[in-house]
Amino acid sequence: MKRIRTIETRDLGKSVQNGGCGECQTSCQSACKTSCGVVNQQCENSEQE
Amino acid sequence: MVHQYKLNGYCIVLDTSSGSVHAVDPVAYDIIALYKTKPEEALIEEILALYGPKEGITRKDVMDCLTDIRELEAAGKLFSPDPYQDMAVDMKNHNGTLKALCLHVAHTCNLNCSYCFASQGNYHGDRALMSLETGKRALDFLMEQSKGRRNLEVDFFGGEPLMNFEVVKELVRYARQQETPRHKRFRFTLTTNGMLLDDDVMEFCNREMSNVVLSLDGRREVHDHLRKDYAGQGSYDRIVPKFQEFVRRRGGKNYYIRGTFTHNNVDFTEDILHMADLGFRELSMEPVVCAPEDPYALTEEDLPLLFEQYELLAKEMLRREKAGNGFTFYHYMLDLAHGPCIYKRIAGCGSGTEYMAVTPWGDLYPCHQFVGDERYRLGSVYEGVCNEEIQEQFRRCNAYARPECRDCWAQLYCSGGCAANAYHATGSIAGIYEYGCELFKKRMECAIMMQVARSGDPL
Repeated sequence: MKRIRTIETRDLGKSVQNGGCGECQTSCQSACKTSCGVVNQQCENSEQE
Repeated sequence: MVHQYKLNGYCIVLDTSSGSVHAVDPVAYDIIALYKTKPEEALIEEILALYGPKEGITRKDVMDCLTDIRELEAAGKLFSPDPYQDMAVDMKNHNGTLKALCLHVAHTCNLNCSYCFASQGNYHGDRALMSLETGKRALDFLMEQSKGRRNLEVDFFGGEPLMNFEVVKELVRYARQQETPRHKRFRFTLTTNGMLLDDDVMEFCNREMSNVVLSLDGRREVHDHLRKDYAGQGSYDRIVPKFQEFVRRRGGKNYYIRGTFTHNNVDFTEDILHMADLGFRELSMEPVVCAPEDPYALTEEDLPLLFEQYELLAKEMLRREKAGNGFTFYHYMLDLAHGPCIYKRIAGCGSGTEYMAVTPWGDLYPCHQFVGDERYRLGSVYEGVCNEEIQEQFRRCNAYARPECRDCWAQLYCSGGCAANAYHATGSIAGIYEYGCELFKKRMECAIMMQVARSGDPL
């Protein structure tokens, strides 16, 4: 596409099927980040598509 | 929902329900902005009026771009509908079991930081150290409540946890002994102000702590203004060399230097760069949590200055990366391709359900920010959770629970924000802390821009 570059992102809709394992970290990084965005954390499931 | 913004020469378009991110040129940016509100002919006319004479854009150019937009829409990457609202509560509770504890091993501290959210470590209560017995009971509680879940997290916190270091060591030993028979695996972190860091502590942490959070506010004059000891002496000169040595011994990884910025240092990027220049590469900086009337509280007038700071920081980080001396800033960490799934985006931080704080007496709270507020006491590690009503409030708390979030493009990035901030600002965890929302959205725009910039030049 000439005027649009789509960045590779995890498809949230598909992750309804391949997500939800619950392996990700829960705390706001050792109880320190009241402005933590969930999205700054990593997916810990190495098998997600 | 589609959110569009321009930053650092990039035109960026987000599709919130799919999580898609598109870098576009100015023509496509304007076409997308009109796509749903103008009929096609009127849209083409408007774009040609804007770009035809100056840039030689033709009708065919606009039609081609419209074709691309329709293709993205058909692929579910632009203007995609939101299917999650009705599933939100169930998705939040898909994995509702306890999996992490924040152990307040010390409700006391050896510093007297003016802005401490925990009232200098005692949370407006008695000073105390957690006994080994209570700590072990907390670990047992975590193992029991976590059911089949294998990976468990324990944060050592306070006050200053190193004031109870012997208990920390014994608790880790106990946990490790339980791992095999109970089919569990513990991941530990420790937060510290650094005053009691010595060889023994460093050696132990490097063996047992997956991550350590080291409190430093930045420049000496900024740090020492608020982080003094009980003799009124600043702590910077004592802790910086220890942090540098500690980080060196950890191989320069698995740590965060974490600062707090206040009204006194709205130019907080200077503090972050100062920490980078001290040799620290894993950085975090948080806005102060305090009452609005405190002298160091952030104000409405500060907000535009803070926005500028976040933008400056993002641009400087990109510049340093290119020059080979980049650093990580926690809020700008973003793995767009392999980040959290929709369950996590909806569920949020897990406070009150998957994560709880434990006081030295074994009392349970949804997180460290609620400790000391009796209404939010969930129970104890001895009696279990008995405040079902409050826990249910946390179970129902998710990215779709707050009406204000439904029209917000950042909804699935922030997951509804911090429940404690919402409660302190509005009296309810289902409220929102607007100031926090403003900062979050600016940070997220900067973080996404950095990912776009790493993928190539502006179109």
